[in-house]
Amino acid sequence: MQFGIFTVGDVTTDPTTGRTPTEHERIKAMLAIALKAEEVGLDVFATGEHHNPPFVPSSPTTMLGYIAARTEKLILSTSTTLITTNDPVKIAEDFAMLQHIADGRVDVMMGRGNTGPVYPWFGQDIRQGIPLAIENYALLHKLWREDVVDWEGKFRTPLQGFTSTPRPLDGVPPFVWHGSIRSPEIAEQAAYYGDGFFANNIFWPKHHFQQLIRLYRHRYAQYGHGTPEQAMVGLGGQVFMRKNSQDAVREFRPYFDNAPVYGHGPSLEEFTEQTPLTVGSPQQVIEKTLAFREYFGDYQRQLFLMDHAGLPLKTVLEQLDMLGEEVVPVLRKEFAKNRPAEVPDGPTHAARVAERDAAALEEVAE
Amino acid sequence: MKPLKIVAVSAGLGVPSSTRLLADRLAAATRQQVADEPGRAVEVRVVELRDLATDVAHNMVTGFPSPALAEAIEAVSESDGLIAVTPIFTASYSGLFKSFFDVIDNTALTGKPVLIAATGGTARHSLALEHALRPLFAYLRAVVVPTAVYAASEDWGTGGSGPGGALTERIDRAAGELAALILGRAATAPAAEPADDAFDVVPFAEQLAALRAN
Repeated sequence: MQFGIFTVGDVTTDPTTGRTPTEHERIKAMLAIALKAEEVGLDVFATGEHHNPPFVPSSPTTMLGYIAARTEKLILSTSTTLITTNDPVKIAEDFAMLQHIADGRVDVMMGRGNTGPVYPWFGQDIRQGIPLAIENYALLHKLWREDVVDWEGKFRTPLQGFTSTPRPLDGVPPFVWHGSIRSPEIAEQAAYYGDGFFANNIFWPKHHFQQLIRLYRHRYAQYGHGTPEQAMVGLGGQVFMRKNSQDAVREFRPYFDNAPVYGHGPSLEEFTEQTPLTVGSPQQVIEKTLAFREYFGDYQRQLFLMDHAGLPLKTVLEQLDMLGEEVVPVLRKEFAKNRPAEVPDGPTHAARVAERDAAALEEVAE
Repeated sequence: MKPLKIVAVSAGLGVPSSTRLLADRLAAATRQQVADEPGRAVEVRVVELRDLATDVAHNMVTGFPSPALAEAIEAVSESDGLIAVTPIFTASYSGLFKSFFDVIDNTALTGKPVLIAATGGTARHSLALEHALRPLFAYLRAVVVPTAVYAASEDWGTGGSGPGGALTERIDRAAGELAALILGRAATAPAAEPADDAFDVVPFAEQLAALRAN
Protein backbone atom coordinates (compact mmCIF):
# COMPACT_ATOMS: atom_id res chain seq x y z
CA MET A 1 0.00 0.00 0.00
CA GLN A 2 1.31 3.42 -0.98
CA PHE A 3 0.66 6.72 0.78
CA GLY A 4 1.22 10.15 -0.58
CA ILE A 5 -0.08 13.62 -1.22
CA PHE A 6 -1.68 15.33 -4.16
CA THR A 7 -1.78 19.03 -4.77
CA VAL A 8 -4.15 21.18 -6.78
CA GLY A 9 -1.65 24.02 -6.96
CA ASP A 10 -4.05 26.83 -6.15
CA VAL A 11 -2.81 30.30 -5.29
CA THR A 12 -5.23 31.32 -2.56
CA THR A 13 -5.26 34.22 -0.13
CA ASP A 14 -4.62 33.14 3.44
CA PRO A 15 -7.93 34.21 5.02
CA THR A 16 -6.31 34.71 8.43
CA THR A 17 -3.73 37.22 7.20
CA GLY A 18 -5.22 38.49 3.94
CA ARG A 19 -1.92 37.77 2.23
CA THR A 20 -1.80 36.12 -1.20
CA PRO A 21 1.41 34.33 -2.14
CA THR A 22 2.96 35.14 -5.51
CA GLU A 23 3.01 32.45 -8.16
CA HIS A 24 6.73 32.09 -7.57
CA GLU A 25 6.23 31.59 -3.83
CA ARG A 26 3.52 29.04 -4.44
CA ILE A 27 5.57 27.07 -6.93
CA LYS A 28 8.54 27.03 -4.57
CA ALA A 29 6.22 25.97 -1.75
CA MET A 30 4.93 23.06 -3.85
CA LEU A 31 8.52 21.93 -4.41
CA ALA A 32 9.30 22.20 -0.70
CA ILE A 33 6.16 20.19 0.06
CA ALA A 34 7.20 17.46 -2.39
CA LEU A 35 10.68 17.19 -0.87
CA LYS A 36 9.12 17.08 2.58
CA ALA A 37 6.93 14.19 1.44
CA GLU A 38 10.01 12.10 0.80
CA GLU A 39 11.67 13.27 4.03
CA VAL A 40 8.74 12.11 6.17
CA GLY A 41 8.56 8.74 4.43
CA LEU A 42 5.62 9.16 2.09
CA ASP A 43 5.64 7.19 -1.17
CA VAL A 44 3.97 9.48 -3.70
CA PHE A 45 3.76 13.12 -4.72
CA ALA A 46 1.20 14.02 -7.38
CA THR A 47 0.52 17.40 -8.95
CA GLY A 48 -2.55 18.64 -10.75
CA GLU A 49 -2.49 20.25 -14.18
CA HIS A 50 -4.28 23.52 -14.77
CA HIS A 51 -4.27 26.19 -17.43
CA ASN A 52 -5.95 29.08 -15.68
CA PRO A 53 -5.42 31.27 -12.61
CA PRO A 54 -5.47 30.88 -9.65
CA PHE A 55 -3.61 27.64 -10.37
CA VAL A 56 0.12 27.43 -11.15
CA PRO A 57 0.97 23.87 -12.26
CA SER A 58 0.56 24.02 -16.04
CA SER A 59 3.75 22.12 -16.73
CA PRO A 60 3.86 18.98 -14.58
CA THR A 61 6.89 17.19 -16.01
CA THR A 62 9.05 20.30 -15.56
CA MET A 63 8.11 20.37 -11.89
CA LEU A 64 8.38 16.63 -11.41
CA GLY A 65 11.76 16.55 -13.18
CA TYR A 66 13.17 18.92 -10.56
CA ILE A 67 11.68 16.85 -7.75
CA ALA A 68 13.08 13.68 -9.33
CA ALA A 69 16.58 15.14 -9.14
CA ARG A 70 16.18 16.06 -5.48
CA THR A 71 14.66 12.80 -4.23
CA GLU A 72 15.59 9.14 -4.07
CA LYS A 73 12.45 7.14 -3.43
CA LEU A 74 9.42 9.29 -4.01
CA ILE A 75 7.10 8.19 -6.84
CA LEU A 76 6.16 11.18 -8.99
CA SER A 77 2.68 11.29 -10.36
CA THR A 78 -0.08 13.59 -11.56
CA SER A 79 -3.59 14.34 -10.42
CA THR A 80 -4.49 14.65 -13.19
CA THR A 81 -2.87 14.87 -16.64
CA LEU A 82 -5.40 16.22 -19.12
CA ILE A 83 -5.85 13.44 -21.64
CA THR A 84 -8.52 15.44 -23.44
CA THR A 85 -6.62 18.58 -24.35
CA ASN A 86 -2.96 17.53 -24.33
CA ASP A 87 -1.55 15.93 -27.43
CA PRO A 88 -1.15 12.25 -26.56
CA VAL A 89 2.12 12.22 -28.50
CA LYS A 90 3.54 14.90 -26.19
CA ILE A 91 2.29 13.06 -23.11
CA ALA A 92 4.01 9.90 -24.36
CA GLU A 93 7.29 11.77 -24.87
CA ASP A 94 7.20 13.90 -21.72
CA PHE A 95 6.45 11.09 -19.31
CA ALA A 96 8.81 8.60 -20.93
CA MET A 97 11.53 11.25 -20.59
CA LEU A 98 10.61 11.81 -16.95
CA GLN A 99 10.63 8.06 -16.40
CA HIS A 100 14.29 7.89 -17.52
CA ILE A 101 15.28 10.93 -15.47
CA ALA A 102 13.59 9.53 -12.36
CA ASP A 103 14.84 5.96 -12.88
CA GLY A 104 11.31 4.69 -13.16
CA ARG A 105 9.74 6.53 -10.21
CA VAL A 106 6.91 7.82 -12.37
CA ASP A 107 3.29 7.10 -12.98
CA VAL A 108 0.49 9.16 -14.49
CA MET A 109 -3.15 9.79 -13.71
CA MET A 110 -5.38 10.60 -16.65
CA GLY A 111 -8.26 13.00 -16.21
CA ARG A 112 -10.58 15.08 -18.32
CA GLY A 113 -10.27 18.30 -16.35
CA ASN A 114 -13.10 20.36 -14.93
CA THR A 115 -12.59 23.73 -16.55
CA GLY A 116 -14.75 24.12 -19.65
CA PRO A 117 -12.77 26.85 -21.46
CA VAL A 118 -9.58 24.74 -21.43
CA TYR A 119 -11.06 22.72 -24.30
CA PRO A 120 -11.47 25.65 -26.72
CA TRP A 121 -8.21 27.20 -25.51
CA PHE A 122 -6.48 24.03 -26.69
CA GLY A 123 -8.54 23.74 -29.85
CA GLN A 124 -10.92 21.02 -28.64
CA ASP A 125 -14.66 20.66 -28.16
CA ILE A 126 -15.90 20.01 -24.65
CA ARG A 127 -18.87 18.01 -25.96
CA GLN A 128 -16.30 15.48 -27.16
CA GLY A 129 -14.79 15.09 -23.66
CA ILE A 130 -15.31 11.35 -23.32
CA PRO A 131 -14.47 10.44 -26.94
CA LEU A 132 -11.28 12.56 -26.65
CA ALA A 133 -10.32 10.74 -23.45
CA ILE A 134 -10.89 7.40 -25.14
CA GLU A 135 -9.15 8.06 -28.44
CA ASN A 136 -6.20 10.01 -27.04
CA TYR A 137 -5.48 7.35 -24.45
CA ALA A 138 -5.74 4.58 -27.05
CA LEU A 139 -3.02 6.38 -29.02
CA LEU A 140 -0.87 7.02 -25.94
CA HIS A 141 -1.16 3.35 -24.97
CA LYS A 142 0.01 2.33 -28.44
CA LEU A 143 2.87 4.84 -28.57
CA TRP A 144 4.34 3.41 -25.37
CA ARG A 145 4.05 -0.19 -26.54
CA GLU A 146 4.81 -0.16 -30.25
CA ASP A 147 8.10 1.16 -31.57
CA VAL A 148 6.73 2.29 -34.91
CA VAL A 149 3.19 3.57 -35.00
CA ASP A 150 0.87 4.12 -37.95
CA TRP A 151 -2.27 5.73 -36.67
CA GLU A 152 -5.34 7.60 -37.78
CA GLY A 153 -8.13 8.88 -35.55
CA LYS A 154 -10.90 11.38 -35.33
CA PHE A 155 -9.21 14.17 -33.40
CA ARG A 156 -5.51 14.32 -34.21
CA THR A 157 -3.34 14.49 -37.32
CA PRO A 158 -2.57 10.96 -38.55
CA LEU A 159 0.84 9.43 -37.85
CA GLN A 160 2.86 7.40 -40.33
CA GLY A 161 5.95 5.55 -39.19
CA PHE A 162 6.18 7.55 -35.98
CA THR A 163 8.39 6.50 -33.08
CA SER A 164 7.85 8.25 -29.77
CA THR A 165 11.19 8.85 -28.08
CA PRO A 166 12.63 8.09 -25.65
CA ARG A 167 11.16 4.61 -25.48
CA PRO A 168 9.78 3.77 -22.02
CA LEU A 169 12.43 2.80 -19.47
CA ASP A 170 13.22 -0.94 -19.67
CA GLY A 171 10.44 -1.22 -22.23
CA VAL A 172 7.85 -0.83 -19.47
CA PRO A 173 5.57 2.22 -19.75
CA PRO A 174 4.62 4.28 -16.70
CA PHE A 175 1.72 2.83 -14.75
CA VAL A 176 -1.51 4.66 -15.54
CA TRP A 177 -4.36 5.59 -13.25
CA HIS A 178 -7.63 6.89 -14.62
CA GLY A 179 -9.16 9.50 -12.37
CA SER A 180 -12.85 10.20 -12.33
CA ILE A 181 -15.30 12.09 -10.21
CA ARG A 182 -18.47 10.90 -11.86
CA SER A 183 -18.10 9.04 -15.14
CA PRO A 184 -18.62 5.28 -15.26
CA GLU A 185 -17.13 5.36 -18.78
CA ILE A 186 -13.76 6.12 -17.24
CA ALA A 187 -14.03 3.24 -14.76
CA GLU A 188 -14.84 1.05 -17.77
CA GLN A 189 -11.81 2.40 -19.64
CA ALA A 190 -9.49 1.69 -16.70
CA ALA A 191 -10.87 -1.84 -16.43
CA TYR A 192 -10.49 -2.50 -20.16
CA TYR A 193 -6.77 -1.72 -20.11
CA GLY A 194 -6.10 -3.27 -16.72
CA ASP A 195 -4.96 0.16 -15.53
CA GLY A 196 -5.57 1.69 -12.11
CA PHE A 197 -8.68 3.59 -11.14
CA PHE A 198 -8.41 6.58 -8.84
CA ALA A 199 -11.50 7.91 -7.13
CA ASN A 200 -10.91 11.49 -6.08
CA ASN A 201 -13.31 10.80 -3.25
CA ILE A 202 -13.11 14.34 -1.91
CA PHE A 203 -16.43 15.90 -2.68
CA TRP A 204 -19.03 13.28 -3.26
CA PRO A 205 -20.52 11.15 -0.58
CA LYS A 206 -19.02 7.70 -0.58
CA HIS A 207 -21.98 5.83 -2.05
CA HIS A 208 -21.26 7.19 -5.51
CA PHE A 209 -17.58 6.19 -5.36
CA GLN A 210 -18.50 2.77 -4.04
CA GLN A 211 -20.59 2.22 -7.17
CA LEU A 212 -17.81 3.43 -9.48
CA ILE A 213 -15.18 1.26 -7.81
CA ARG A 214 -17.45 -1.78 -7.76
CA LEU A 215 -18.07 -1.33 -11.48
CA TYR A 216 -14.32 -0.96 -12.12
CA ARG A 217 -13.40 -4.06 -10.10
CA HIS A 218 -16.13 -6.13 -11.72
CA ARG A 219 -15.18 -5.12 -15.26
CA TYR A 220 -11.43 -5.49 -14.51
CA ALA A 221 -12.07 -9.14 -13.76
CA GLN A 222 -14.36 -9.55 -16.78
CA TYR A 223 -11.60 -8.25 -19.03
CA GLY A 224 -9.34 -10.98 -17.68
CA HIS A 225 -6.78 -8.91 -15.80
CA GLY A 226 -7.27 -10.76 -12.51
CA THR A 227 -9.81 -11.02 -9.75
CA PRO A 228 -11.88 -7.98 -8.72
CA GLU A 229 -9.71 -7.81 -5.59
CA GLN A 230 -6.60 -7.53 -7.75
CA ALA A 231 -7.78 -4.41 -9.54
CA MET A 232 -5.69 -1.34 -8.73
CA VAL A 233 -7.63 1.23 -6.73
CA GLY A 234 -6.46 4.62 -5.51
CA LEU A 235 -8.37 7.00 -3.29
CA GLY A 236 -8.17 10.63 -2.38
CA GLY A 237 -8.67 12.10 1.06
CA GLN A 238 -8.27 15.39 2.81
CA VAL A 239 -7.11 16.05 6.36
CA PHE A 240 -6.10 18.74 8.79
CA MET A 241 -4.62 17.65 12.09
CA ARG A 242 -3.56 18.97 15.43
CA LYS A 243 -2.70 16.95 18.49
CA ASN A 244 -5.90 18.21 20.04
CA SER A 245 -8.92 17.93 17.75
CA GLN A 246 -10.53 21.18 18.95
CA ASP A 247 -7.35 23.02 17.97
CA ALA A 248 -7.49 21.48 14.52
CA VAL A 249 -11.08 22.60 14.02
CA ARG A 250 -10.40 26.11 15.31
CA GLU A 251 -7.32 26.58 13.15
CA PHE A 252 -8.74 25.05 9.95
CA ARG A 253 -12.21 26.62 10.05
CA PRO A 254 -11.31 29.96 8.38
CA TYR A 255 -9.51 28.09 5.61
CA PHE A 256 -12.48 25.77 5.17
CA ASP A 257 -15.04 28.57 5.24
CA ASN A 258 -13.20 30.47 2.51
CA ALA A 259 -11.89 27.53 0.47
CA PRO A 260 -12.22 28.12 -3.28
CA VAL A 261 -14.14 24.93 -4.03
CA TYR A 262 -16.55 24.38 -1.16
CA GLY A 263 -16.23 27.52 0.94
CA HIS A 264 -19.31 29.56 1.79
CA GLY A 265 -21.35 26.39 1.59
CA PRO A 266 -22.00 23.74 4.20
CA SER A 267 -20.46 24.02 7.63
CA LEU A 268 -17.19 22.30 8.46
CA GLU A 269 -19.16 19.87 10.61
CA GLU A 270 -21.61 18.97 7.83
CA PHE A 271 -18.81 18.59 5.32
CA THR A 272 -16.70 16.32 7.52
CA GLU A 273 -19.74 14.19 8.18
CA GLN A 274 -20.65 13.83 4.50
CA THR A 275 -17.23 13.59 2.83
CA PRO A 276 -13.83 12.05 3.61
CA LEU A 277 -12.51 15.36 5.00
CA THR A 278 -11.16 14.85 8.52
CA VAL A 279 -10.31 17.76 10.76
CA GLY A 280 -9.12 16.52 14.10
CA SER A 281 -6.45 14.52 15.87
CA PRO A 282 -4.09 12.11 14.11
CA GLN A 283 -6.08 9.29 15.71
CA GLN A 284 -9.29 10.53 14.07
CA VAL A 285 -7.53 10.68 10.71
CA ILE A 286 -6.35 7.12 11.19
CA GLU A 287 -9.83 5.89 12.05
CA LYS A 288 -11.55 7.62 9.15
CA THR A 289 -8.93 6.48 6.63
CA LEU A 290 -9.01 2.89 7.85
CA ALA A 291 -12.76 2.87 7.24
CA PHE A 292 -12.12 3.46 3.51
CA ARG A 293 -11.10 -0.18 3.26
CA GLU A 294 -14.51 -1.26 4.48
CA TYR A 295 -16.24 0.85 1.86
CA PHE A 296 -14.00 0.19 -1.13
CA GLY A 297 -12.07 -3.03 -0.41
CA ASP A 298 -8.32 -3.39 0.06
CA TYR A 299 -6.67 -0.81 -2.13
CA GLN A 300 -3.26 0.25 -3.39
CA ARG A 301 -2.81 3.96 -3.00
CA GLN A 302 -4.05 6.64 -0.63
CA LEU A 303 -3.36 10.27 -1.51
CA PHE A 304 -4.12 13.18 0.81
CA LEU A 305 -4.83 16.75 -0.16
CA MET A 306 -2.86 18.83 2.36
CA ASP A 307 -1.88 22.17 0.89
CA HIS A 308 -4.83 24.07 -0.48
CA ALA A 309 -7.14 26.92 0.54
CA GLY A 310 -4.28 29.28 1.39
CA LEU A 311 -2.71 27.27 4.20
CA PRO A 312 0.77 28.69 4.83
CA LEU A 313 3.76 26.55 3.86
CA LYS A 314 4.92 26.29 7.47
CA THR A 315 1.57 24.81 8.48
CA VAL A 316 1.57 22.37 5.58
CA LEU A 317 5.05 21.15 6.49
CA GLU A 318 3.91 20.60 10.09
CA GLN A 319 0.94 18.65 8.74
CA LEU A 320 3.28 16.48 6.68
CA ASP A 321 5.42 15.80 9.74
CA MET A 322 2.35 14.54 11.56
CA LEU A 323 1.15 12.57 8.56
CA GLY A 324 4.53 10.88 8.10
CA GLU A 325 5.34 10.31 11.73
CA GLU A 326 2.04 9.62 13.44
CA VAL A 327 -0.51 8.63 10.82
CA VAL A 328 1.02 6.72 7.93
CA PRO A 329 3.09 4.26 10.02
CA VAL A 330 -0.08 3.20 11.81
CA LEU A 331 -2.03 3.03 8.56
CA ARG A 332 0.67 0.86 6.96
CA LYS A 333 0.51 -1.54 9.87
CA GLU A 334 -3.29 -1.64 10.06
CA PHE A 335 -3.88 -1.91 6.31
CA ALA A 336 -1.42 -4.82 6.19
CA LYS A 337 -3.51 -6.74 8.71
CA ASN A 338 -5.85 -9.27 7.11
CA ARG A 339 -4.87 -8.09 3.67
CA PRO A 340 -5.33 -11.11 1.40
CA ALA A 341 -2.08 -12.28 -0.21
CA GLU A 342 -3.53 -11.89 -3.71
CA VAL A 343 -4.14 -8.17 -3.25
CA PRO A 344 -1.31 -6.38 -5.06
CA ASP A 345 0.85 -3.64 -3.58
CA GLY A 346 0.88 -0.19 -5.08
CA PRO A 347 2.51 -0.15 -8.53
CA THR A 348 6.26 0.43 -8.86
CA HIS A 349 8.47 0.33 -11.91
CA ALA A 350 10.67 -2.43 -10.46
CA ALA A 351 7.67 -4.63 -9.74
CA ARG A 352 6.27 -4.05 -13.21
CA VAL A 353 9.60 -4.93 -14.85
CA ALA A 354 9.79 -8.08 -12.74
CA GLU A 355 6.20 -8.95 -13.66
CA ARG A 356 6.93 -8.46 -17.36
CA ASP A 357 10.06 -10.65 -17.11
CA ALA A 358 8.22 -13.37 -15.21
CA ALA A 359 5.48 -13.40 -17.83
CA ALA A 360 8.10 -13.67 -20.60
CA LEU A 361 9.80 -16.61 -18.83
CA GLU A 362 6.48 -18.34 -18.46
CA GLU A 363 5.89 -17.94 -22.17
CA VAL A 364 9.31 -19.44 -22.97
CA ALA A 365 8.61 -22.35 -20.61
CA GLU A 366 5.37 -23.07 -22.41
CA MET B 1 -47.97 -4.97 -8.04
CA LYS B 2 -45.78 -2.11 -6.83
CA PRO B 3 -47.63 0.96 -5.61
CA LEU B 4 -47.53 3.92 -7.98
CA LYS B 5 -45.58 6.82 -6.55
CA ILE B 6 -46.80 10.35 -6.84
CA VAL B 7 -44.49 13.09 -5.62
CA ALA B 8 -45.61 16.68 -5.18
CA VAL B 9 -42.89 19.33 -4.97
CA SER B 10 -44.00 22.51 -3.21
CA ALA B 11 -41.85 25.61 -3.33
CA GLY B 12 -44.09 27.60 -1.01
CA LEU B 13 -42.27 29.65 1.59
CA GLY B 14 -44.97 30.56 4.10
CA VAL B 15 -46.10 28.23 6.85
CA PRO B 16 -48.87 27.43 6.21
CA SER B 17 -48.55 28.14 2.51
CA SER B 18 -51.18 28.29 -0.20
CA THR B 19 -48.66 26.65 -2.56
CA ARG B 20 -48.52 23.65 -0.24
CA LEU B 21 -52.28 23.70 0.02
CA LEU B 22 -52.58 23.55 -3.76
CA ALA B 23 -49.97 20.78 -3.93
CA ASP B 24 -51.94 18.75 -1.37
CA ARG B 25 -55.19 19.27 -3.26
CA LEU B 26 -53.63 18.20 -6.54
CA ALA B 27 -51.98 15.19 -4.94
CA ALA B 28 -55.21 14.08 -3.28
CA ALA B 29 -57.19 14.47 -6.50
CA THR B 30 -54.58 12.55 -8.49
CA ARG B 31 -54.43 9.82 -5.87
CA GLN B 32 -58.15 9.43 -6.04
CA GLN B 33 -58.24 9.20 -9.81
CA VAL B 34 -55.37 6.71 -9.94
CA ALA B 35 -56.93 4.67 -7.15
CA ASP B 36 -60.13 4.43 -9.18
CA GLU B 37 -58.21 1.94 -11.28
CA PRO B 38 -58.80 -1.39 -9.53
CA GLY B 39 -55.84 -2.93 -7.78
CA ARG B 40 -53.47 0.01 -8.01
CA ALA B 41 -52.05 1.16 -4.71
CA VAL B 42 -50.80 4.74 -4.61
CA GLU B 43 -48.15 6.36 -2.46
CA VAL B 44 -48.13 10.14 -2.18
CA ARG B 45 -45.16 12.09 -0.97
CA VAL B 46 -44.83 15.85 -0.65
CA VAL B 47 -41.39 17.44 -0.88
CA GLU B 48 -41.29 20.84 0.83
CA LEU B 49 -38.46 22.81 -0.74
CA ARG B 50 -38.47 25.28 2.14
CA ASP B 51 -37.00 22.55 4.34
CA LEU B 52 -34.29 21.92 1.76
CA ALA B 53 -33.48 25.53 0.92
CA THR B 54 -30.00 25.56 2.51
CA ASP B 55 -29.23 22.08 1.18
CA VAL B 56 -30.07 23.25 -2.34
CA ALA B 57 -27.76 26.27 -1.93
CA HIS B 58 -25.00 24.03 -0.55
CA ASN B 59 -25.37 21.69 -3.50
CA MET B 60 -24.88 24.67 -5.81
CA VAL B 61 -21.64 25.48 -4.01
CA THR B 62 -20.18 22.00 -3.44
CA GLY B 63 -21.59 20.08 -6.38
CA PHE B 64 -23.11 17.30 -4.33
CA PRO B 65 -26.37 16.93 -2.39
CA SER B 66 -26.74 16.48 1.36
CA PRO B 67 -28.32 13.17 2.40
CA ALA B 68 -31.75 14.83 2.86
CA LEU B 69 -31.60 16.51 -0.54
CA ALA B 70 -30.30 13.35 -2.20
CA GLU B 71 -33.26 11.48 -0.79
CA ALA B 72 -35.72 14.08 -2.12
CA ILE B 73 -34.06 14.07 -5.55
CA GLU B 74 -34.26 10.32 -5.64
CA ALA B 75 -37.96 10.39 -4.72
CA VAL B 76 -38.66 12.89 -7.52
CA SER B 77 -36.54 10.98 -10.04
CA GLU B 78 -38.17 7.65 -9.27
CA SER B 79 -41.74 8.90 -9.06
CA ASP B 80 -44.35 7.69 -11.51
CA GLY B 81 -45.85 11.15 -11.66
CA LEU B 82 -44.69 14.56 -10.48
CA ILE B 83 -46.73 17.52 -9.32
CA ALA B 84 -44.64 20.69 -9.35
CA VAL B 85 -46.06 23.73 -7.60
CA THR B 86 -44.42 27.12 -7.16
CA PRO B 87 -45.45 30.58 -6.07
CA ILE B 88 -45.07 33.10 -8.90
CA PHE B 89 -42.36 35.59 -7.97
CA THR B 90 -41.31 38.45 -10.25
CA ALA B 91 -43.13 37.10 -13.29
CA SER B 92 -41.81 33.54 -13.01
CA TYR B 93 -41.24 30.48 -10.81
CA SER B 94 -39.47 31.18 -7.53
CA GLY B 95 -35.68 30.98 -7.41
CA LEU B 96 -35.83 28.10 -4.97
CA PHE B 97 -38.10 26.12 -7.31
CA LYS B 98 -35.71 26.65 -10.22
CA SER B 99 -32.64 25.89 -8.09
CA PHE B 100 -34.09 22.57 -7.01
CA PHE B 101 -34.60 21.49 -10.61
CA ASP B 102 -31.15 22.89 -11.47
CA VAL B 103 -29.43 20.46 -9.11
CA ILE B 104 -31.29 17.44 -10.46
CA ASP B 105 -29.60 15.59 -13.29
CA ASN B 106 -31.02 16.93 -16.55
CA THR B 107 -32.03 13.46 -17.73
CA ALA B 108 -33.79 12.44 -14.51
CA LEU B 109 -37.23 13.66 -15.62
CA THR B 110 -37.14 12.38 -19.19
CA GLY B 111 -40.58 11.02 -20.10
CA LYS B 112 -42.00 11.65 -16.66
CA PRO B 113 -45.66 12.72 -16.39
CA VAL B 114 -45.72 16.15 -14.77
CA LEU B 115 -48.52 18.41 -13.62
CA ILE B 116 -47.50 22.06 -13.26
CA ALA B 117 -49.25 24.45 -10.92
CA ALA B 118 -48.68 27.84 -9.33
CA THR B 119 -50.07 30.29 -6.82
CA GLY B 120 -50.08 34.04 -6.76
CA GLY B 121 -51.75 37.10 -5.34
CA THR B 122 -53.75 37.83 -8.46
CA ALA B 123 -54.86 35.87 -11.49
CA ARG B 124 -52.96 38.31 -13.70
CA HIS B 125 -49.80 36.17 -13.34
CA SER B 126 -51.36 32.90 -14.39
CA LEU B 127 -49.69 32.70 -17.80
CA ALA B 128 -46.31 32.38 -16.06
CA LEU B 129 -47.23 28.69 -15.98
CA GLU B 130 -47.26 28.58 -19.76
CA HIS B 131 -44.34 30.95 -20.34
CA ALA B 132 -41.97 29.76 -17.61
CA LEU B 133 -42.85 26.37 -16.10
CA ARG B 134 -43.93 24.57 -19.26
CA PRO B 135 -40.69 25.39 -21.16
CA LEU B 136 -38.62 24.37 -18.13
CA PHE B 137 -40.15 20.89 -18.13
CA ALA B 138 -40.13 20.73 -21.92
CA TYR B 139 -36.38 21.24 -21.75
CA LEU B 140 -36.15 18.37 -19.27
CA ARG B 141 -38.16 16.25 -21.76
CA ALA B 142 -40.88 15.61 -19.22
CA VAL B 143 -44.45 15.02 -20.42
CA VAL B 144 -46.48 17.93 -19.06
CA VAL B 145 -50.27 17.54 -18.89
CA PRO B 146 -52.28 20.09 -20.91
CA THR B 147 -54.05 21.62 -17.91
CA ALA B 148 -51.84 23.79 -15.73
CA VAL B 149 -53.46 24.90 -12.49
CA TYR B 150 -53.14 28.44 -11.21
CA ALA B 151 -54.67 29.46 -7.89
CA ALA B 152 -54.94 33.16 -7.12
CA SER B 153 -55.80 34.32 -3.60
CA GLU B 154 -59.39 34.95 -4.64
CA ASP B 155 -59.79 31.33 -5.79
CA TRP B 156 -59.54 30.11 -2.19
CA GLY B 157 -62.45 32.26 -1.06
CA THR B 158 -65.13 31.33 -3.51
CA GLY B 159 -67.70 28.61 -3.33
CA GLY B 160 -68.03 25.43 -5.30
CA SER B 161 -70.65 26.63 -7.75
CA GLY B 162 -70.52 29.43 -10.27
CA PRO B 163 -67.33 30.86 -11.73
CA GLY B 164 -65.56 30.51 -8.36
CA GLY B 165 -65.87 26.75 -8.55
CA ALA B 166 -63.44 26.72 -11.42
CA LEU B 167 -60.41 25.95 -9.21
CA THR B 168 -61.85 22.63 -8.08
CA GLU B 169 -62.75 21.83 -11.65
CA ARG B 170 -59.26 22.70 -12.86
CA ILE B 171 -57.72 20.59 -10.12
CA ASP B 172 -59.89 17.61 -11.06
CA ARG B 173 -59.27 18.02 -14.77
CA ALA B 174 -55.49 18.30 -14.32
CA ALA B 175 -55.42 15.40 -11.85
CA GLY B 176 -57.40 13.30 -14.31
CA GLU B 177 -54.90 14.06 -17.07
CA LEU B 178 -51.97 13.20 -14.82
CA ALA B 179 -53.64 10.01 -13.58
CA ALA B 180 -54.31 8.90 -17.15
CA LEU B 181 -50.65 9.43 -18.08
CA ILE B 182 -49.41 7.62 -14.98
CA LEU B 183 -51.70 4.66 -15.54
CA GLY B 184 -50.98 4.53 -19.26
CA ARG B 185 -47.26 4.56 -18.62
CA ALA B 186 -47.50 1.93 -15.89
CA ALA B 187 -49.51 -0.32 -18.22
CA THR B 188 -47.08 -0.16 -21.13
CA ALA B 189 -43.68 0.19 -19.45
CA PRO B 190 -42.29 -3.00 -17.95
CA ALA B 191 -41.70 -2.24 -14.28
CA ALA B 192 -37.94 -2.24 -14.69
CA GLU B 193 -36.50 -2.11 -11.22
CA PRO B 194 -33.64 0.36 -11.50
CA ALA B 195 -30.77 -1.67 -10.10
CA ASP B 196 -29.28 0.33 -7.27
CA ASP B 197 -25.65 -0.26 -8.11
CA ALA B 198 -25.73 -0.65 -11.83
CA PHE B 199 -24.44 1.96 -14.18
CA ASP B 200 -25.37 1.68 -17.82
CA VAL B 201 -21.98 1.33 -19.37
CA VAL B 202 -21.30 0.85 -23.04
CA PRO B 203 -18.60 -1.84 -23.29
CA PHE B 204 -15.26 -0.21 -24.00
CA ALA B 205 -14.65 -2.01 -27.26
CA GLU B 206 -17.91 -0.53 -28.57
CA GLN B 207 -16.86 2.95 -27.45
CA LEU B 208 -13.59 2.57 -29.36
CA ALA B 209 -15.32 1.14 -32.41
CA ALA B 210 -17.80 4.02 -32.47
CA LEU B 211 -14.88 6.44 -32.78
CA ARG B 212 -13.28 4.47 -35.59
CA ALA B 213 -16.54 4.30 -37.52
CA ASN B 214 -16.84 8.08 -37.61
